[in-house]
Amino acid sequence: MKKSLEIRWHGRGGQGAKTAALLLADVAFKAGKFVQGFPEYGPERMGAPITAYNRISEEPVTVHSNIYSPDYVVVVDDGLLENTDVTHGLKEDGAVIINTEKEKEEVLPLLHDYKGAVYTLNAKDISLKTLGKNYPNSPMLAAVVAVSGAMEPGTFMKEMEASFHHKFAKKPEVIDGNMKALEMTFAEIAKSC
Amino acid sequence: MISDKINENTPWQDITEGNKIFQAATSREFHTGEWRTSTPVWDREKCKQCLLCTPVCPDSSIPVKEKARGDFDYDHCKGCGICAKACPFGAITMKEGK
Amino acid sequence: MAVRERLSGNEAVAYAIRQINPDVMPAFPITPSTEIPQYVANYIANGEIDTEFIPVESEHSSMSAAVGASAAGARALTATSSCGLALMWEELYVAASNRLPLVLALVNRALSGPININADHSDSMGARDSGWIQIYAESNQEAYDNFLQAYPIAEHKDVMLPVMICQDGFITSHGVENILLEEDEKVRAFVGERNPEHYLLNPEETLAVGPYAVSSYYMETKRGQRQAMINARRVILEVAERFREMTGREYGFFEAYRMEDAEYAVVLIGSAAGTCKAAIEQIRSTTGKKVGLVKIRVFRPFPEEEIAAALADVKAVAILDRSEMFSATGGPLGAEVRAALYQARGRAEAVNYFYGLGGRDITVEDFCQVYERLERIAAEHEITDMYDYIGLRSR
Repeated sequence: MKKSLEIRWHGRGGQGAKTAALLLADVAFKAGKFVQGFPEYGPERMGAPITAYNRISEEPVTVHSNIYSPDYVVVVDDGLLENTDVTHGLKEDGAVIINTEKEKEEVLPLLHDYKGAVYTLNAKDISLKTLGKNYPNSPMLAAVVAVSGAMEPGTFMKEMEASFHHKFAKKPEVIDGNMKALEMTFAEIAKSC
Repeated sequence: MISDKINENTPWQDITEGNKIFQAATSREFHTGEWRTSTPVWDREKCKQCLLCTPVCPDSSIPVKEKARGDFDYDHCKGCGICAKACPFGAITMKEGK
Repeated sequence: MAVRERLSGNEAVAYAIRQINPDVMPAFPITPSTEIPQYVANYIANGEIDTEFIPVESEHSSMSAAVGASAAGARALTATSSCGLALMWEELYVAASNRLPLVLALVNRALSGPININADHSDSMGARDSGWIQIYAESNQEAYDNFLQAYPIAEHKDVMLPVMICQDGFITSHGVENILLEEDEKVRAFVGERNPEHYLLNPEETLAVGPYAVSSYYMETKRGQRQAMINARRVILEVAERFREMTGREYGFFEAYRMEDAEYAVVLIGSAAGTCKAAIEQIRSTTGKKVGLVKIRVFRPFPEEEIAAALADVKAVAILDRSEMFSATGGPLGAEVRAALYQARGRAEAVNYFYGLGGRDITVEDFCQVYERLERIAAEHEITDMYDYIGLRSR
């Protein structure tokens, strides 16, 4: 991993992009990093496009601006690709990770000739197979860690398991499913490399 | 007496913090009766001691002792005339001046 | 040992409130400060603190109730933003003139209109003349640290003034960052209990608070308030020194960042300071140019002489305001820093910028351009207007 990473999330209000950014900050913090996780707020409406950001660094971070040249972009809802230039400013040695049920070839034309790496992940499918419900956050989180190398996969899995045990203390049955979702995502990303 | 300690000649350094007043019922020391331009006069003969005048006085200037009112407290009566209006027996009349 | 954590600015302030366990918190929700009373209400519901929470029907009421509680002898506080602060206007002055040491957690947000929920300083800058001490934060860490120092400053017998602890809406209030938290026992020992000398619920003493002051008393009363603000200068530094002894973190009226040899300086308030610091490091490492920052922490009382001294040797200074003043010249920080420089016969060229209004972003690149402009102004003695903008679209 580079000494410092900047990540931009695109999602819709209520879909969990902000929560995912905060979760990533959380797990990176536990892995010993300096972190920022922050949303950009517009009119607060369910379904409106929203942006959230992460900075993950070995050094303390003081910058308080939004991120305009991210190392990685995560798109939680492929419906945004039609009207949002998600790769705007994205570094060419970086990557965009898109949650979609479509094939990569179908989404490429929507990426404004982005020259860097493009990853697609069917987070819905992974979530349905492992949890029986569509919760794309865990797979997307694993995908951005796998692609960016923001932290060691082993550390990530260990911290996520601890956090699931804390979060789902009263629903331990969903912990295994969530861990499987992370594992499947790592395998999927490895395949597309 | 508070007015001995703080008055209109007190320098700013000696004014209490936030104008706090550490004494109860300091309004007794201020003789609002000096403001009076017309004065109620009580006619003991006509008064039936109904006490309707007492509660309407805004300045508590009609003293009551042993269920009977006494003469006005002219140190504090501002001469508003409400008592005269309230009296059903014409026992209070307003006269010009102090 | 301090505890390593990651919290949002609102969480950090709520955490400080939990550690202090104040007596009374009346509050009314408004974005982006709503989370603070929410978190505190959770702490109370979970039995972690025994603060009396009063859900009121408006900010006029929340500040009124805080004023009443503080006069009664309680350690009181509330939280608000933007129009909520505006609705407290009358009570802000009442709290200050009655010399009540209560604390307001302010999450800075633009005042209407047009209606906008994002960060700028128009709310607290409007209240700058209300008689409150105002302390601003760059980061979540500073919001937390400033809050811990608020009551020791407010309740000091030579001060007895309300304190506003300000942080930038969303940028720090909703942004999660690394933070060091102090242990509960240490915080409680540092902040202590409120032991009011005079209070309304004292059965041993008759007391009236907030009497009418005719013109023969009003001016002397205001001079007394000014003295409290003058005393606050000393007390703020004393409390900061005690805080440094506890935490190792240093605070003053402002932070002079890379100012030892600076030729070009920026003066500003709040979260943008962190972005400016990144620009300073970038410029110094790539060009060697001597650039620095004066980040104002304490705006009330205004550290006039100290700011002038910090800027005594710079060639040019840019003063950045995140608040309109509609003077048709500069902004509030610009006006006061210029006055400080004039009073001290300062030689630096000065330019005043408006930036970040209503949450408009300011970047490292923006700051690099500000420093370039300062260099041009100093070299060519370029005539500058009283004010300019950063990031304003213009034909």
